[in-house]
Amino acid sequence: MVSIQPEDFDAAAEYQALRDSGAGTGAIVTFTGLVRDSGDKPDVRGLYLEHFPGMTEAVIEDVIQQATARWDIREARVIHRIGHLELSDQIVFVGVASAHRGDSFRACQFIMDALKTSAPFWKKELMSEGEHWVEQKASDRQQADQWLDQDSDRES
Amino acid sequence: MTASNITVSVRFFARLREALDTDQLSMELPTGSNAGQVLETLARRGGEWSQLTGGTPLMIAVNQAMARPSTPLNNNDEVAVFPPVTGG
Repeated sequence: MVSIQPEDFDAAAEYQALRDSGAGTGAIVTFTGLVRDSGDKPDVRGLYLEHFPGMTEAVIEDVIQQATARWDIREARVIHRIGHLELSDQIVFVGVASAHRGDSFRACQFIMDALKTSAPFWKKELMSEGEHWVEQKASDRQQADQWLDQDSDRES
Repeated sequence: MTASNITVSVRFFARLREALDTDQLSMELPTGSNAGQVLETLARRGGEWSQLTGGTPLMIAVNQAMARPSTPLNNNDEVAVFPPVTGG
């Protein structure tokens, strides 16, 4: 399930939907990203999130397919918000249900890392005076690239 | 469109959209052109457009799939050009 939406989401409801993925589910990992008061610059007052409609959903569906091919996951849910967000608002949710924790932990982190470097979203930080587009971090690219070297980590 | 040309639409996002003051445009290119030639052709407009070939990191998508400058283009393709992504 992939949803790109301006509205907030209910992480508890998403967790419940993952629980409802069947009696074979034994491990759920969820990640929620929030708007922080310092990013590229201090004194951030909020964010504006732009995206490329259509491609964004397709890229995230593809990332979930890659995770499904790599780990034994039963369900994955991804929600990403767009538009204006305030401090401490929820931005992104990734939840994965699997039989075992190793698959859930790894798939959740993989999806999040891949989303950050391949899904066409752009953040603009809004300050008390001015605004600026966030630059992609080398550390985010390295975090995503590490999965390219880990084709033998399916054991938990 | 003449027989030897293709028409493509080009979309810009985020910082690039603001700097170029353009969401979208349509252009003709010789048949057999690739995505990189879209950037080279537009960069010749000068000013802010120069950054399309100025070494600033950019990502290119053709028909909503990630592409490279060498990706060949067909008539009516959609080329999107944008800064490295920063979601999550």
